[in-house]
Amino acid sequence: MSQGLIQALVSSHTVPNLPRRNFLKLAATVSATAGGGMLLGISFPAVSEGKPSQAYSEGGSGKAVFSPNAFIEINSAGQVTLIMSKVEMGQGVYTSIPMLIAEELEVDLDKVTLQHAPPNDKLYADAMLGAQVTGGSTSIRTLWQPMRQAGAACRTLLIAAAAKTWKVDPASCHAQSGQVIHDASGRKLGYGDLVKVAATLAVPKTVTLKDPKDFKLIGTPARRLDSPDKVNGLAKFGIDAQIPGMKFAVIATSPVFGGKLLGVDDSRALKMPGVLQVVKVDNAVAVIATNTWAAKRGLGALDIKWDEGKSSHVSTADLVADLRQAANKTGAVARRDGNAAKAYSKADKTLNVVYQQPFLAHATMEPMNCTVQIGPEGCDIWVGTQIPTFAQGMAAKTAGIPLEKVRLHNYLIGGGFGRRLEFDGVVQAVKIAMQVKGPVKVIWTREEDIQHDMFRPYYYDRISAGLDAKGKPIAWTHRIVGSSIVARFSPEGIKNGVDPDAVEVSSEPPYDLPNIYVDYVRQEPRDVPTAFWRGVGPTRGTFVVESFIDELAALAKIDPVKYRLDLLGKTPRLKTALELAAEKSDWGKAVSTGRGRGVSAMHAFGSFLGMVVEVSVNDQGEVKVERVVCAVDCGMVVNPNTVIAQIEGGVIFGLTAALYNEITIKHGRVEQNNFNDYRMLRINEAPRIEVHLIPSAEAPGGIGEPGTAAIGAALTNAVFAATGKRIRTLPIGNQLQNA
Amino acid sequence: MATLNINGVPHQVDVPGDTPLLWVIRDVVGLTGTKFGCGVAQCGACTVHIDGKATRSCVLPISAVGDQNVTTIEAVGESASGKKVQQAWLDLDVVQCGYCQSGQIMSAAALLSHTPNPDDAQIDAAMAGNICRCGTYPRIRAAIKHAAKEGA
Repeated sequence: MSQGLIQALVSSHTVPNLPRRNFLKLAATVSATAGGGMLLGISFPAVSEGKPSQAYSEGGSGKAVFSPNAFIEINSAGQVTLIMSKVEMGQGVYTSIPMLIAEELEVDLDKVTLQHAPPNDKLYADAMLGAQVTGGSTSIRTLWQPMRQAGAACRTLLIAAAAKTWKVDPASCHAQSGQVIHDASGRKLGYGDLVKVAATLAVPKTVTLKDPKDFKLIGTPARRLDSPDKVNGLAKFGIDAQIPGMKFAVIATSPVFGGKLLGVDDSRALKMPGVLQVVKVDNAVAVIATNTWAAKRGLGALDIKWDEGKSSHVSTADLVADLRQAANKTGAVARRDGNAAKAYSKADKTLNVVYQQPFLAHATMEPMNCTVQIGPEGCDIWVGTQIPTFAQGMAAKTAGIPLEKVRLHNYLIGGGFGRRLEFDGVVQAVKIAMQVKGPVKVIWTREEDIQHDMFRPYYYDRISAGLDAKGKPIAWTHRIVGSSIVARFSPEGIKNGVDPDAVEVSSEPPYDLPNIYVDYVRQEPRDVPTAFWRGVGPTRGTFVVESFIDELAALAKIDPVKYRLDLLGKTPRLKTALELAAEKSDWGKAVSTGRGRGVSAMHAFGSFLGMVVEVSVNDQGEVKVERVVCAVDCGMVVNPNTVIAQIEGGVIFGLTAALYNEITIKHGRVEQNNFNDYRMLRINEAPRIEVHLIPSAEAPGGIGEPGTAAIGAALTNAVFAATGKRIRTLPIGNQLQNA
Repeated sequence: MATLNINGVPHQVDVPGDTPLLWVIRDVVGLTGTKFGCGVAQCGACTVHIDGKATRSCVLPISAVGDQNVTTIEAVGESASGKKVQQAWLDLDVVQCGYCQSGQIMSAAALLSHTPNPDDAQIDAAMAGNICRCGTYPRIRAAIKHAAKEGA
């Protein structure tokens, strides 16, 4: 979800009853100051900019709380609470965002407490996404400045409060480890002792940020703040919500997409121990019980009649045939430079191929779940979600109550990957809870989670190129055919028929291509629901572009790294990353028989990656990934520890899909059930992964998705190097065994 | 009514004997550190110790538990190997989303309790039943070796 999708999301009108989007002004006025720091106009939503903060209240703990903006609370005991506008789903924002605030606020990272933000687009909207959304590898890109400003504004007030107390010049004081110190006299006051006075002061209109050379936290491999509770079992995910009087629900949704519930015989189920109630919603049945297992057993005892609807005959082959046929249409033009058709006719050599990428499930380790209580006080929702305000809005609409009567309590997320950008599970849980007295926790079984995911769409790409006598691509034509997620998620993001996510990377390959034509044909997979999946457009686009450029290098009989480098003149940061990856991976050195190295290069999410994969393929055609080397330029790094972790994890996520995963449809229903037939990469299959960060003073790029997006092509290019077999349809599966 | 000995505390539970231990731990006893991932012993998120042995609680009926000692993630730190593993997980910042990590730590602690210095093959054998969707495997492997080094 980078630039294209961001534009799309910003203009989202699909969710009703939402407050107006709040756009932060990221282009703050910047001027150098004598102190060496940067003076900036505050660009986060101030509670009361330029006026006394009056943000002094009795907190829930009974202690007075100073809250100069929506991100920081300090009580009179000096306890600092940071409010997280993003959700933590493994990517490390519950460490890197606190680092940004704590750096400027001058507090010790191990002394802060974190709190999930409530749903509030006015205070917590993402500047690129236009709403309180965590996704698209945007968090650090958009919060890099505002969070530092939030910390600096608070620090400025606390210093001013101390100066006022001591009747000295604020410039003669400095802040350090939760205290303000008067330099000349050595007097000290803790932040807790200053909050009462600080609350009477005007919130500054501008703040001075620290000079990067003075950073104590930013750029250091700080330990994750969420680790301790995640190693002792105390971390709470949505599925762990415990509400007094809570009942448990397990559901069965129509196995055929688009099907409806005709009727259900619940007489046997209602006699089973622990079963309390059977609830019907339009396309699903839920059994309510005293615990999850009792509900699951009750579900198994139901006799359900489905109206399978018009899709009960549909199979993957039908959907692929739809795509193939649609590929004959002329699409909406996403890019046209020069005259590709004319150049193609003059080419020395040509290549014209098709790439296919399957439906994929998200398969988050925490299955879908949502706990809801509806009563006279309104609606309470306990769930881990990437879209708290959308979920709140949809819950209000579903329950038919005002938005302010819906209280959404966000949780740690046990894997998002795009799945929790959707509110289908929340809406369904609200519909169930409307028929249940008291709180009810709805849990999807793993089978339900896989079969009723909203899937990464199947994509069908036809791509051709013509090379001149030296092997340079003089013509490049690429047609992308597939579902438009943006058209559903935020239809105003569609410009001139082009889905910016669908064509991302494809419409702007990093290479010098004088004659390029790229178009997009929208083809929906009938009733199969589609959604964003880690790496979004760049995952699909990079697989095609980086596979195809590799094919062209082979056609030109030029080393694939050299071939790319020669075409990267306009993208120097990517060139550097690719060169480093090649160097660190021993590119060009001989490998033993059955082994091969493959490469990919990617610019997306504001980051630049060069990646080299080394594989071995045995006589049975089984692929083992031996080693992955990744060179990353993601601009300035807040926490190298979490950046490296995201690359490692992103690589494994992408390898899992490219090696094993496809969701297939037969008789209108998903054929896969659980991890036995939707295979996950395991520790014994995980390669050695080496990540090399390239120092940079550029603005931070996103890092949650690039590893996933870049790995697929590097893998199949390595398979080609090892075997001579070009994989154009994912997953690799048993294609080499059949060869 | 059955009595389960969980983390050294007896719990009387009134559920049918075929109820998997996982749901009794989570929904009846109320300890939520042990996770539901697949329900068919394919992912390891529900791993607990039964008399010190790593066991998938999602397919273990409570009738099969009897008076054996059940240890969950909440109490694994009371054993030497569990404590070492938890510390190694902190030292190497293994976790990402963290959902599978209770199970990973339970499997790793059981491994180290009987194999204090596991090689790569032994780590693979003990840990291949635990899926991590975030892909923390390289750090899990390193952390087990780190914990082993802290031992003896």
